Amino acid sequence: MRGTTRTVAVAAVSAAALLAAGCGGGDSSPSSSGGSTAAGKTGGAITVHGCTPQNPFIPANTNETCGGDVLDAIVSKLVHYNPDTAAPEMDIAESITSTDNQTFTVKLNKGYMFTDGTEVKAKNFVDAWNWNRNGVNGTLNSYFFDVIEGAGDMDCGVFDKDQGTGENDPKAGDPDCKGKPPKATTLSGLKVVDDYTFTVKTTEKVSNLPVRLGYTAFAPLPDSFFADNGKAFGDAPVGAGPYKLEKYTKGTDMVLTKNADYKGKFAGKVDKITFKIYQDTDAAYTDVQADNLDLLAAVPASALAGEKYKTDLPDRNLVQAIGTFASISFPSSKADKSYDNPKLRQAISTAIDRKTIVDKILAGTRVPATGWVSPVVDGYKEGACGDFCTYDKAKAKALFDEAGGYTGKMTIGYNADGDHKAWTEAACNSIKDALGVECIATPYPDFATFRTKITAEEMKGMFRTGWQMDYPSIENFLAPLYGTGAGSNDSRYSNPAFDKLLTEAAAATDGAAANAKYQEAEALLANDMPVIPMWYGKAVAGWSTKVENVKVTPFGTFDLTSVTVK
Amino acid sequence: MTDALKSSETSPVSGAPAPVLKAPEGGDASEARSLASDAWRELRRRPLFWISLGIIALFVLMAVVPQLFTRLDPTAASLSRGSDPPEFTWDGAWFGYDLQGYDIYARTIYGARASILVGVFATILTSLIGVVIGTISAYYGGWLDSLMMRVTDIFFAIPFLLGGILFMTTFANDENSGYFLIVGKVVLVLAILGWPSIARLMRGSVLQVKPNEYVQAARALGASPWRVIRSHILPNAMAPVLIVSMINLGAYISAEASLSFLGIGLTPPAISWGVAISDSLTYIETAPHMLIFPSIFLSLTVLGFIMLGDVVRDAFDPKTR
Amino acid sequence: MGTYILRRLLLMVPVIIGATFLIYAMVFAMPGDPLAGRCGERPCPPAFAAKFREQHHLNDPLPVQYAKYMGQLAQGDLGETFQGVKVSEELSKRYPITIRLAVIAILVELVIGVFAGVLAGIRKGKFVDNLVLVSTLIVIAIPTFVIGVLARKIFGLDLGWFRPTVSPAAPWSELILPGIVLGAISLAYVARLTRTNLVENLRADYVRTAVAKGLGRPRTIGVHTLRNSLIPVVTFVGADFGGLLGGAIITERIFNIRGVGGYIFQSIHSRDGVAVVGAVTVLVIVFLIMNLIVDLLYGVLDPRISHD
Repeated sequence: MRGTTRTVAVAAVSAAALLAAGCGGGDSSPSSSGGSTAAGKTGGAITVHGCTPQNPFIPANTNETCGGDVLDAIVSKLVHYNPDTAAPEMDIAESITSTDNQTFTVKLNKGYMFTDGTEVKAKNFVDAWNWNRNGVNGTLNSYFFDVIEGAGDMDCGVFDKDQGTGENDPKAGDPDCKGKPPKATTLSGLKVVDDYTFTVKTTEKVSNLPVRLGYTAFAPLPDSFFADNGKAFGDAPVGAGPYKLEKYTKGTDMVLTKNADYKGKFAGKVDKITFKIYQDTDAAYTDVQADNLDLLAAVPASALAGEKYKTDLPDRNLVQAIGTFASISFPSSKADKSYDNPKLRQAISTAIDRKTIVDKILAGTRVPATGWVSPVVDGYKEGACGDFCTYDKAKAKALFDEAGGYTGKMTIGYNADGDHKAWTEAACNSIKDALGVECIATPYPDFATFRTKITAEEMKGMFRTGWQMDYPSIENFLAPLYGTGAGSNDSRYSNPAFDKLLTEAAAATDGAAANAKYQEAEALLANDMPVIPMWYGKAVAGWSTKVENVKVTPFGTFDLTSVTVK
Repeated sequence: MTDALKSSETSPVSGAPAPVLKAPEGGDASEARSLASDAWRELRRRPLFWISLGIIALFVLMAVVPQLFTRLDPTAASLSRGSDPPEFTWDGAWFGYDLQGYDIYARTIYGARASILVGVFATILTSLIGVVIGTISAYYGGWLDSLMMRVTDIFFAIPFLLGGILFMTTFANDENSGYFLIVGKVVLVLAILGWPSIARLMRGSVLQVKPNEYVQAARALGASPWRVIRSHILPNAMAPVLIVSMINLGAYISAEASLSFLGIGLTPPAISWGVAISDSLTYIETAPHMLIFPSIFLSLTVLGFIMLGDVVRDAFDPKTR
Repeated sequence: MGTYILRRLLLMVPVIIGATFLIYAMVFAMPGDPLAGRCGERPCPPAFAAKFREQHHLNDPLPVQYAKYMGQLAQGDLGETFQGVKVSEELSKRYPITIRLAVIAILVELVIGVFAGVLAGIRKGKFVDNLVLVSTLIVIAIPTFVIGVLARKIFGLDLGWFRPTVSPAAPWSELILPGIVLGAISLAYVARLTRTNLVENLRADYVRTAVAKGLGRPRTIGVHTLRNSLIPVVTFVGADFGGLLGGAIITERIFNIRGVGGYIFQSIHSRDGVAVVGAVTVLVIVFLIMNLIVDLLYGVLDPRISHD
């Protein structure tokens, strides 16, 4: 999802970038705000580290940080995530209520204006979500709307047979939007009640729907968007957010200026924000030191080593726990049967010395994982993994022998365009040392190659995986990753008991009960160990001498509304 | 390096219609032999020759039997000592430990093998292809020459690093790739992109030798093309290629490091200086010893080959005596 | 002369077609679906994938894709990237920057390289000669990325002589340090090449004649010897210019220069074949034209060579 993808896009651009984005996790004490004075003055201009957006600025087509960071400052959504705790707070929505977790009533605040002068009304949401889910538009984030009733009718029909023999020709089962357009053009679960009220009906109970609504894809779209199916919008997005996109010079920078008509509660302080595009995080870091760049959310590995950033940027850095999770996944049995024994998987997990790897290789910028859910989200419970995530050479070896050992050599695959070489190699060495089995960290040249192998279930041996939350919920760390048939279930894990607990949790009417169910589901993962938890992420951010009141959100991005110029 | 490789690819002689090194004028095969013995006599008196030869011999020995130099296992990691600086005690780790806690001395010794293999085989392969194409092209001339030179141009026009990235991405290593396959791919990519400069050089060199009376005489007497090429042309036209190849050998070793820097060079289980250097670049300030030792070994090896190329070149050039 | 140039230009056509096809085929053959990296750790929605493939002609077999591409190219259209940006637009912004960088590198090579080479050549066997030889050897032996990272650190950050990274506009002044790094290895070759040829030519008969005629040493070196000694240098530098344009991937990356090299590298990783082939086609053409210019210059420098 977004988080992960975001990580990816950065990685494709520069190796070092991945480190910060892809991992992290940490001392969750929000020692966060780095600025000194309380409020700081308003006005002035700042520059922020940026990268090239992979798609036009359409909320439903933006699933990576490069475009997402910019878009987030431009659009307002129903819900806003608190920059310190990630807790959802009402933004455009005045209230989101439900009695049964299946039909939600959304009431809007009046007076939110798009930058084209029109007001944000209920139909702007309903139209936007219909467009986003419509198969004809083929949006990247369409699966976020799968939970809304009627989503299935918005898919295009599929080809009955292969269209030609070429490797790239559409196969049977691929969508055929021209020949068989979707049955419906609107989601039956969405109803406009009046200008400021609409209802959402989901296919099944979804207790955390309100939390999800802060994701960019749920942003409202102005009427002008639909005139040309977002063509003009993609270059010049129109939102109701605190900033507007003034100018985008491709490959160079994106300039945002304050939206004078912004009526919401989360207005920014500076007048102008420029996202400068860098290919290399090291270059960006150097610019921060030289005051040529103000904000960098992910200090490169070279500066993390020996905590060099603390001397380079004294009092101008902060470490913030973020909602990311790094792991080592086992291949599906179709790809490689040799890891099928859960005992063996537990042995491998126990054989990895997470703490030493974090300290020595990752400069302490991660928190060794004790489970599969990030501590930044509501519902986190420590120790879900039990002893299997605690390094114990003797116990690992005992488990290993009990499992019948392993013949051949183990491998941990990683994508070489990210910063994964050192830690995968260290993990392998740890396994080798504890279990006495050969283990080699194997690079794949880039993310595309790597993911293709995994998705096609051709990856033999273990491989690294990572996850960055889309929205701050325990559910987002479990359902998309380990649910049967879920989109990012790379190990093809399937456990009916696990699935059942997820369904029950989604139906629970009170938050605590839902969390308890999710935690029960998480505990099942320790028995089956489809994926080895490695660590939770932390963002290490740095800034220039020109700015203060810098805050990093649990998403690992800057809170651009709080930063001020000195 | 990247940039380096490209440059070294187009190195001293590459595009030059006239080779830097003039082929000896006049003389037939026996004269060429005497030239060689003259050169040998000259070489023996040059200390630089012996120094470079010594360096090369040392590294080749290291590549063949690394066990002679260290009893340590280069794959024995102990993360707890990771990045520890050198300790200068009798049995301490004189080079320190790297990020993974490998002994840098052992790693560096064992790294010689991959680098030397890459350098030597890439050189042999480029020279072989280059000499064959260049000689045939120049000797026969005409449409064959045009065709071969166009093909050479095509490969020559592809920027080295770009071609390297494409090749290594297309034929990526996976979890089953063994040592020699991994090294072989890097050799192959260097050869595919490196031969055109040798071919051009060889062609220029042969074109210079061809009009000489002894060649014309041999052809007039009815010697077969193979015989003319082997006994009259090659001995007199090979010198520039030999020298440039020797220099390129160093450049190829360096190029392997560049590919590694971009994440597409040698991969484990191969141990290489290039990989060690690019891995430790991040820690250039906090743990410089991890960078320094492999860099010194790499640079010394490259130096050895270039220096040897230099003195041999001098020795073979009658005019410098 | 005119016919010679025309003939050479015609000969370029098959080379351009061959090189672009080779690149196109390699990009085409790259494993990894361009869509695999686009949706992070989950597969893209099928509807998105289908639309994407159709939009970018990914459904066609290689020869068809290539033919379509060349058809567009013949009309001067370099195509659009996956991000919906026109390749020509992107290149017209990036090429001037890379060319500036390459020009600086070439100037550095020529000025410093020839100077060092001459110095070494006229003092053959002396201290200066050995110093030049040893230092050039060292430069050749150290990988560029090590030199680049060190230079950025020392001259950019610690001493503050140069901007450590280059701003988007990339004015000449900011490209000096990257230019030196980019030109460093070639500089070493130029110095050695100049020295070698100078030493050789200084022993030539015509030089001895000039000296016998009573010409001063500076004039002998300046007028007679240097001119002849520079022929191989010019050839080398000319060929190098084309190479520098495409070979600057690492330098551009270290100094965050928005040039062609970085563009190609990124495009390879995102499997954006159109962008890669477009950028390389221009690169190949520039390279070939540079070679032609070098050959013409060659005739000017060496009167014995005629292109008629």
